[in-house]
This record gives sequence, C-alpha cells and structure tokens, in this order.
Amino acid sequence: MGDNDVWQGTLALMILKTLQSMGPLHGYGIARRIEQISDDQLIVQYGTLYPALLKLEQEGYISAEWGVSDNKRRARFYRLTRAGVRQVEKEARRWEKAAAIVARFVSPTGESL
Amino acid sequence: MGESCRDRGTFRLADGGIAMRKLRSWFLRLWGISQGARDDEQFSEEIASHLEMHIADNIRAGMTPEEARRAALVKLGGVEPTRQAYRDQAALPFFEALSQDLRYCVRQLRKNPGFSVTALLVLTLGMGATVAVFSFVDAALIKTLPYRDPSRVMVVYGSIPLGSRFHLSFPDYYDYKKLNKVFTSFEVYDNNGFMLATPDGAQLAPGARVSAGFFRTLGVTPILGRDFADGEDKASAPRTVMLSYASWQKRYGGRSDILGQTVTLDGNPNTIVGVLPRGFHFAPASPAEFWTAEHDEGPCRGCHWLFGLGRLKDGVTLAQAAAEMSALAKQLEIQYPDSNNSQGTSVVPLPEVIVGDIRPILLALLGGAGLLLLIASVNVASLVLVRTQSRKREVAVRGALGASQRRLLRQFITEGMVLAGTASVVGLVAAAGAIQLMTRLVPAEILAGMPYLQGIGLNAHVLILTGLIALFCAAVFSLTPAFSLSRNAMRSGLTEGGRSSSGTHWRRVGANLVVIELATTAVLLVGAGLLGKSLYRLLQVDPGLQPHNLALLTLSPPRETYSKDPQVVALERRILDRVQTLPGVTSAAITQKLPMGDGDFTTSFVVVGRPKPKEHQEVAYRLVTPRYFQTLQARLAAGRYFSDAEQESTKPHVALINQALARQYFRGENPVGMRINFDGAKPEDEMQVIGILEDIREGPLDTDARCAIYAPFEQHPVSFFAIVARTSVAAQSVLPVMAATVREIDPGIATFESSTMEQRIHDSQPAYLHRASTWLVGSFAVLALVLSVVGLYGVIAYSVSQRTREIGVRMALGAQRATVYQLVLREAAWLIGFGIAAGLVGALGAAILIRGLLFGTQAWDGFTLATVAITLGASALAASYLPAHRAASVNPMEALRAE
Repeated sequence: MGDNDVWQGTLALMILKTLQSMGPLHGYGIARRIEQISDDQLIVQYGTLYPALLKLEQEGYISAEWGVSDNKRRARFYRLTRAGVRQVEKEARRWEKAAAIVARFVSPTGESL
Repeated sequence: MGESCRDRGTFRLADGGIAMRKLRSWFLRLWGISQGARDDEQFSEEIASHLEMHIADNIRAGMTPEEARRAALVKLGGVEPTRQAYRDQAALPFFEALSQDLRYCVRQLRKNPGFSVTALLVLTLGMGATVAVFSFVDAALIKTLPYRDPSRVMVVYGSIPLGSRFHLSFPDYYDYKKLNKVFTSFEVYDNNGFMLATPDGAQLAPGARVSAGFFRTLGVTPILGRDFADGEDKASAPRTVMLSYASWQKRYGGRSDILGQTVTLDGNPNTIVGVLPRGFHFAPASPAEFWTAEHDEGPCRGCHWLFGLGRLKDGVTLAQAAAEMSALAKQLEIQYPDSNNSQGTSVVPLPEVIVGDIRPILLALLGGAGLLLLIASVNVASLVLVRTQSRKREVAVRGALGASQRRLLRQFITEGMVLAGTASVVGLVAAAGAIQLMTRLVPAEILAGMPYLQGIGLNAHVLILTGLIALFCAAVFSLTPAFSLSRNAMRSGLTEGGRSSSGTHWRRVGANLVVIELATTAVLLVGAGLLGKSLYRLLQVDPGLQPHNLALLTLSPPRETYSKDPQVVALERRILDRVQTLPGVTSAAITQKLPMGDGDFTTSFVVVGRPKPKEHQEVAYRLVTPRYFQTLQARLAAGRYFSDAEQESTKPHVALINQALARQYFRGENPVGMRINFDGAKPEDEMQVIGILEDIREGPLDTDARCAIYAPFEQHPVSFFAIVARTSVAAQSVLPVMAATVREIDPGIATFESSTMEQRIHDSQPAYLHRASTWLVGSFAVLALVLSVVGLYGVIAYSVSQRTREIGVRMALGAQRATVYQLVLREAAWLIGFGIAAGLVGALGAAILIRGLLFGTQAWDGFTLATVAITLGASALAASYLPAHRAASVNPMEALRAE
C-alpha cells in the first residue's frame, strides 16, 4: 500500500500535467506517458486510471470526446479545459510546497529533528 | 479504491472553487445513477480501444500476438473489477445501492400485499391518532400564548367562601392598583358582550371592557391605529373602542379607513381607535370582537363584575404576589367590613386560566394515543419478525451469493424506513383529516372559548414529532429482523433443519411483545371504562328538572327602551302571554338565568334575627316568574311555590330556597316561615322563606349543587332574561316560533342561545368534555383490543406451526386431543395472565393520573377493573382457541411425515 498512497494522491496531477504537455490524448497514451516518465517505476492499472479520468471530467478539469488516433483507431481523447489549466498550476505549486516540506523531514540534514 | 484515497488531493474545502467543483461532481454522479447502461457501453468501447492499442504496441515491441494479448489483459487486471471501480466513480455507490434496495423492497412489499396493507393500516392508525391528538396538545399547551412573557401575567380573582374565581369590584380594583407592590401594572377586564346597533336592529356582539393599560400589560400592540391611552378609561373620557382582527375583517372588510369611525355599543357611540393583531386572542373574554375602555367607575364596593390582570415585577414569585394580594384584601376587609367581609383574592397565572381545564384531558388523550401507537408498532414489529422467519432462506441464499452482512442489514433498514416512511405520510394525511373532524365536532360555543385552537394544523412541531416517530418505528422495524437473523441464522437458514433455534428465539421475543400489547390494551380499556363510567354518572346526575321537551331562549331587550322596572315587567308579561298560547306550548316562565350555566349571579344573604355571620353567605340568586318551577317540573320538598299575586313589588317579599341552602345554613331548623335578607340591605327588603326546592343544578353538572335563593321576578325585574317553555310537541320545533314571537313584540330585542334543555345539557362543557374523552379513549381502546388480540393470535398460531412435529409425536405416543388443547391454551393463558396482571397494575397508575377527569368514579373502580380483565381475558382466549383447535386436529402421521 505504501507506494500506492503516493501514487493515488498524485495520479490526478500526473494526468493533468501529461495533458498539458502532450495536448489531447487517449487513456492508453496517458498511461504510457506516465509510465515512461516514471521510468516504468509506476504501473498504471486501468482500474485506477479510468475512475481518475472520470473524476477529473466530473470536476470539469478535463473534457473527453471520441476521435481517431494516429494509427487510425477510434479512441476517446481527453483534453484539458480552461479550469484544468488553472488547476494544473495550482496543484503543481501545492505539490512542490508539500514535497519540500516533507523533504525537510526525511532528508538526512534535518538538524531540527 | 476507497473514498479516502480518491479525495486525498483536495482536502481544502475552504476553497470555494473546489467546493463548487465537488458539488458539481456530486450532482453528475447522482445523475449517473440513471445513466448506468449508456456509460457502461461507452466504457466497454473505451476499454476495447485501449486494449487494441496496447496489443498493437506490444506486437510492435516484438511480442507474438498471443503474448501481446496476454500481457495487455494482465495489465487490465480483470474487466469486472475495473468496470466496478469505474461505475463507482460514475455514480454514487451508496445511492445506487439504495435505489436497488428500494426497488427490491417495493417488490417485496408488493409481493406480500397482506403483510404490507396490514402493517401500513395498523401503523397509520397509530400514527394518525397520535399526531392528531398531539396537534391539539401543541396548539393548547406547547405553542406560546400571544403575549409578552405570558407566564408572568397573572389573573387576580375575588375569592369568596363559594369559590376562588369570582369578580372584583371597581373600588377594590382601584385600591389594589394603588397599594400593590408586586405588579408592574394592574388592570381589569370584564367579558360581557355589547348590544351592537346595526341597520337590521340590535345584535348581541361579543366584547369586553378593559382598563386602559390592559393591552400594554399583556404586551400586545395594535396592528392598526393605537392602544388605549392612560386615562381613557375614566368616566369622563370620550368612549373609544378597539376591534379584534376577525371583527375588522368580518364587519369592516379589513378597510384601513375605519379609524375614527363610530360604532354604537349599548346605545353609546364609540370611536374606533385601533385594530388588534391577527394572532391575538384572550380566551377568558373570547370571542370578544369589540374591546372598549372601561367607563363604569361605580363607587359600589359590593358590586363585583371585574377580573384583575397584572404583570409580575421582576423577581417577584407567584407565592409572593398571592401573599401580598391577600394581605391587601385583609386590609380592605378591616377598612370596609360591610362590603368586604370574606372578600379575598386569588392569583392564578394567565396560561393556567386559559388551558388549566383542558390540560389533563389533552394529556390523557395524548397518553391514550401514544399507547395505541405503541401497540401498533409492537404489532407491526412482530409481523416483520414473522416475515423475517419466512425469509430466512432468501437471506441465506443472498448471503451465500456474496451479499455482505452490511448489505443484508441495509436491506432490512431500507425496508423498515420504507414502511415507517409510508405510514407516516399516510398517517399525516389521516391526522389532518382527523383534526378537521375533531374541531368540527366541538360545539361552536366551546370552540369559541378555546381561541388557541384556531391555528391548529400540521405545523413544524407536529411534523418534527411525526419525523421522530417515523425514525423510531424505522429503527424498530429494521433492527428487530436484523437481530433476529443473527450471523449463524443466515448460514443455517440453508439447511432445512435449522428451524428449531431461531424458532424458539422468535417465540420468546413474540411472547414478550404480546405481553406488552395485552398490558397496554388493559391500560387503555380501564381508562376508557373509567371515563365512560364518569360520563354515565354525569348524565345520571339529577338536574332537579325534567329536561325532555323544554324550549329555551335568552333575550336581551335594549336598555334604552326598557330602563325602568315597569317597562321590563310589561314586556315580561306580554312575552309570557304570547308564548304560553303558542301551539304546542303547555306552560312558560321567565328566569333571569338558565340552570346548568356557569352558576354565576350570586348574592350574600343573612338570616333575620341571627347575629351577623363572620363569613359571607354567598349563594346563587335567581329571579323567576311563578310558573317557573312547574314548567321545569322541579320538585318541592317543603312549603309552597309563590303565586301570581305575590309577584307584585308592593306585596310582602317571599322567596324559595333549595335543599342545599337549607342543609348548609338551617341545620336542624325548619327554614319555612323564617325571614332572610340580602347582606347589607334595608329591613323592607326582607323575604319570607315560603318553600324548599329539591336542588336544581344552577352550576355545571360536574360540581356539587349550589345553594340558591329564588325570588319573584317582578319584585326585582332585570332586563336580561330567558324564556323556558314546556312543550307537548318536540321542543326543537317550537324554537323558531318562539324567537319569531319575540321579534314580533319588539324587533329591537336581541335573541340568542335558542336551544332545548336536552341540547343545553348535551353541549354543556363538562358533558362535552367527558363525552369527547370517553369516545376518543374508547375508540383507542377498541382498536388496541383488536390489535393485541390479533397479535396474540399470531404468536400462538406461529408457536403451533413450529411445534407441529412435537404435537404429532405426542399424539402418536397417545396424547388425547384435550391434552393438546391444554398444551396450547396453557401457553396462551400464561401470556394473557401476565399481560392482564401487568396491565391492571399499569391501569391503576394511569387511573390515578387521570383521576381529575373522573366524576363520581374512583380510580380503583373494582367493577371497571374486573370487566376489563374479563373482557380482555375472554377475547384473548377466544383468539388462542383457533390455533389450539388447529393443533388438536393435527394428523400425527402427516405431521411426522412433513419433515
């Protein structure tokens, strides 16, 4: 579970960030991209990816529509909405700040501990 | 994928944007419940395209098609869990399951219409009764009265040996107002109506006279115009009047230009200065339409016609106020020994004055309805239990197919809530109808005296109570089956032999429930029996007259036309002459006040030749024409009636007294021939007692007969009196003719209270209240009896069905049918015995609580207790006989083979 916790909390941010840098993309593409970026240290299961996509869609950060992929396959493409763009910035800042704080606790130079 | 994980990224609800997004997402998911099928299809397509792309990639990476496919499927990790996770996010799993549960539950209920209809009917009855009665309790006892801090407002009565709620005189009021240090303000009111001049002639209009600060003391401000100003109640001040809201609407169409208009009351023009708020009511003077400032500052200290009203100063208690007022009364008694002999005061909080009488009745009714509800829910709970037993296998199958313990429990809770929820909605509708019916059944006059009931209906309090009851019932109905189906019951339900343990368990629970039901029924039956007996006793009270075929009509001749005694006497004679000759009338008479009223109009008297008594001898005083007693068919105990000739004021004065007075003031003496006089009157007013009457009830039927003096009408004529006519035909048919005759004589005479003596008794407050409570508690008790007997039948029948095999074995071993009867009936007899014994103990307690409502009946009335025990025992045994009979008819071979 330990790995998964980080994974779950940040999957949304990873998806948003992926869509920001790659433009409209289908579920498979998003999963592949996240796995590549993480050097295949993260495995994106369908069972976590699609509910997360749906949740973001429900929250209005991404929208989805059917389209045709590079190799002429029908796929559902997700794109960042305007609210999503704002959310990426906000979430990214928040994540950096949180990571920095946590880092201060776990880094070996934590003298105050 | 749990809820907690998904939401981890957004724990800052304070951020408005995020909160909005969450809300939006929530609504979409709620919407998603109905979109299930379409989303599923789309999602399947999306997954399929994802798989294809993955496989294509894998092949491109050098895998064989088979390997590529397997790897992709492994990654997918099972289509169904993925689909479920997606579905959970698409909709709200809780609501989705709920809607499933609901559908299932409705299907279940429809499949068992017998169970559903019975349970709903029984619950609706209980809830409807409780809610309807509670709405009365709420209107009368819970809703605050429309005054500022009503519990600090006190009514101050004159207290005399005859009772503690009599009037004050004006000079006494004035002294109390000046001298007291316990009230921030001390005011007076009287509740006599007015003769209102209308284009169609004089009309009696309900009204009240109040001192100037009356409304300020209550803390009421007019919604239109102004309140009475200080000093406006002086005799010299111009006459002013305030209207009740209802009167303003009814008589003036709610126009705002009525201020400054004049209205003629009792022949005096009054200027309208204000209109009282819509919600304002004042039961002691209800239904007053016109409120004038009191102008009658009579100097007569012995003339009592006012009630006091004061607001306690901060920190002053009721006891302190009562003590101070008593001390002041003592002081006045010393100062004015003639007029103020035994003239005390009593201080009663206004809310007590308004609802004190009705409180015990309402609480008794609420208790009755509550007990009925208890029985109803116990009954439905046992129905639910029985049904649970028959559903044991179904539950076990669902459990075996993977339904979790929680999910099964939820199913029961949903069913309990649906049952309780439906019942409370139907119950509310039934209650609304019952409230309408009950208010319509209350005689108009009694309703007018209870203005606080006007706003009655399903308000927030009532809805909250209904909600609480529904919650309670839902809890009972969902938890009983849940507990009865313990974990192992769910498992063992699949094996057919598993009946014995849970069967016994249910029998024990069911038996306890039946004992509760029987006991509660006994309480209700005893209550109804005692109230019924009180009503019977009340109606058996000898009113001292023959009420059948007596027509009554009260008259108020205009004071302007009939201000002198000879004018009143002439009118009285003309009326009697005409009425006596009406077809169907055999004799007629006039009295200044009809019997069985409030018992007011009293005087204090002395016996001539005796030393002046220490205490006031206050007695009822009635002026009647000579044929009054024969017309009523009253009975003479001694002496004689007065003759026509003795009426004239020039003749020596005579009087009759009743037995109560003779007993109280002439113990061991023969009063006939002795002389009496009014306290403080001149010697020429002395009256000789010429006869003793058997008591005519002058006051309410449920109080002891009052002492009374009857004197000839024409010797002291009064211009407000009633006609009493004995008829040979139905009295009802004479009433319109009588009223028409009076109008023919003088259209200016207002007539009212046209009724028969039987109606008068029937509609009198004590008779009405006793009858209403008897009927209500009686019907609760009958319903309870039916419910508990049916409940007992259910338990015994179930027990027999569970023991069929045992009975079969016994019979196969040679048990006789009689033994089987005995076996079953003994079980029933134990339950019945316990139930009735517990019920009688409870009933004694309940009877002591309602003893204030009983009349001529003791709380421990042996007859009632015995009758209830026998009735309940017999009906319960009869109900157990059926299953016993079935048990005894068991064919041993079949019973044994049935396994």
